[in-house]
Amino acid sequence: MKVLVAVKRVVDANLRVRVKRDGSGVELDNVKMAMNPFDEIALEEAIRLKEKGAATEIVAVSVGPAKAEDTLRQALAMGADRAILVQHDGRTEPLGVAKVLKALAAREAADLVLLGKQAIDDDSNQTGQMLAALMGRGQATFASEVEVSGTTLRVTREMDGGLRVVELALPAVVTVDLRLNTPRYASLPAIMKARSKPLAKVPADELGVDLAPRLEVLHTEEPPARKGGIMVGSVAELVDKLRTEAKVIR
Amino acid sequence: MTTLLLAEHDNNRLDAQTANALTAAAGLGQPVHILVAGSGCAAVADAAAALGGVARVLLADDPRYADRAAEPLAALIVELASGYDAVVAAATSTGKDTLPRVAALLDVMQVSDIVTVESPDTFRRLIYAGNAIETVRATDAKKVITVRTSAFAAAPAGGSADIAAVTAAADPGLARVVEERTAKSDRPQLAAARVIVSGGRAFGSKEQFDALLNPLAEKLNAAIGASRAAVDAGYAANELQVGQTGKVVAPELYIACGISGAIQHLAGMKDSKVIVAINSDADAPIFALADYGLVGDIFQLLPELTEAL
Ligand SMILES: Cc1cc2nc3c(=O)[nH]c(=O)nc-3n(C[C@H](O)[C@H](O)[C@H](O)COP(=O)(O)OP(=O)(O)OC[C@H]3O[C@@H](n4cnc5c(N)ncnc54)[C@H](O)[C@@H]3O)c2cc1C
Ligand SMILES: Nc1ncnc2c1ncn2[C@@H]1O[C@H](COP(=O)(O)O)[C@@H](O)[C@H]1O
Repeated sequence: MKVLVAVKRVVDANLRVRVKRDGSGVELDNVKMAMNPFDEIALEEAIRLKEKGAATEIVAVSVGPAKAEDTLRQALAMGADRAILVQHDGRTEPLGVAKVLKALAAREAADLVLLGKQAIDDDSNQTGQMLAALMGRGQATFASEVEVSGTTLRVTREMDGGLRVVELALPAVVTVDLRLNTPRYASLPAIMKARSKPLAKVPADELGVDLAPRLEVLHTEEPPARKGGIMVGSVAELVDKLRTEAKVIR
Repeated sequence: MTTLLLAEHDNNRLDAQTANALTAAAGLGQPVHILVAGSGCAAVADAAAALGGVARVLLADDPRYADRAAEPLAALIVELASGYDAVVAAATSTGKDTLPRVAALLDVMQVSDIVTVESPDTFRRLIYAGNAIETVRATDAKKVITVRTSAFAAAPAGGSADIAAVTAAADPGLARVVEERTAKSDRPQLAAARVIVSGGRAFGSKEQFDALLNPLAEKLNAAIGASRAAVDAGYAANELQVGQTGKVVAPELYIACGISGAIQHLAGMKDSKVIVAINSDADAPIFALADYGLVGDIFQLLPELTEAL
């Protein structure tokens, strides 16, 4: 079973982004970037499937600037066998990325495509679902458990009201949630070894995909700051404030 | 502008979030039709028809929609879509699962999780865990949109729309639900609760989480929420996670107990009307946005609070 994993280079999840003063976007110059946390989880799952003997090869794919090579090298260091960079400067959108992944999944004859449920920069939560639709295949989104037996996939999904277990036939698309696993750190030798693993660069035109955005970003602003309130000294004071000042309890 | 709104329901009851999404849909333009796709869901269609400002309810009552699985549901919506300028759904599990599938099949770029409708093609949405607000114009002719329901008021009741049956679309048969593990709880739903008491890593165990928060929630008729750390540690169920990647809530009162206030958590609750924080660390970031902060030990203060109410 060949597994494709989509990894996006995003602003480090531990940083707080700043909006540019002129409202043209968020400040990305000299900001620490990292692999989207959900994509680390997707990759970790692929590696575990390979360790269990269910997967034979893991190909990491990123659509982004030349710098996204760093993200792919990290994927190789964690345990991906090969990487593909589809170079694109500027914003990517889920629909365009899904088209790229569809083309690559076909070219690679991938049996399973793993993605994060959401990129923590655009917070779209769309790409995996779009990819499954374009491939005409089943999808299991928000996965917290993945089992493969033969050509059947059994996935536990995190839903609004609890958990749902679904079965689907490969090829299929899975988007992963936080509780699926805890990603490993790459060891130093693995990081060294990753430098010589294959990384192919494929232009988007070669795949026949137009990555021009369909959403025009007109303006970006800071959310209104919430004013901090007051500190209270005791439970009695808190209850009194909630009753008589905020009037949210009786 | 004719808009198709996907109803959120469980075959028996129309979920309250549909009324919030209806307000957003109506903001795009009239008329709005509601699609109720499910199995044995006639009562849901009746409830949808009674929402104010709905011109028609489409009822697709068929076993293939029993679990509102994305694959058959998207196939149905795509078949209906030619008659509509916009397809809208609440950003629930079903909405988030299904609408991008619809969008891709229509070759449309979806606008996710909108918080305002500026005009029929321009919307505002939060990015980077709510640290920035983006105003976007959707250039595709057809719009596919999911709605952050906590950002829209519920549409009033008072409608009496016609209910029209629609035939089911061919089922692509790509996935099968084999088990539902739905949590049964007597507590109100997070999305609908007026008061939420939420717990973090500080509780130390599921037993303590339950022992301290259940009585408090009981007194306040509150829903229970949790931070990711509390869910990861097994103190609370997955579906109780509040935050960037969990549920986004905006209750009248949110009481954060033993939660530090990481940006990912704040993304899910900072639009609450009144925020109370109880934390032993006076420097915890949660205090910067709490209306009322109380420094101290939850193990002592929460029983005291429950007692005082
Ligand atoms: C991709 C990604 C997505 C994420 N999504 C979410 C999300 O949706 N929701 C979410 O919540 N988090 C999310 N997180 C995690 C987030 O970054 C934080 O790690 C998490 O919110 C911390 O939870 P906490 O506040 O319970 O734990 P901590 O940060 O460990 O805070 C515990 C707090 O309890 C206080 N405390 C300890 N003992 C006591 C006591 N006895 N009495 C009173 N106070 C006490 C401490 O002072 C501390 O402030 C996400 C992270 C990533 C990377
Ligand atoms: N530019 C990209 N390159 C690689 N993968 C991506 C890219 N954009 C999105 N993805 C994948 O799609 C998932 C969901 O992203 P989104 O739909 O943007 O929230 C991410 O977690 C990635 O796995």
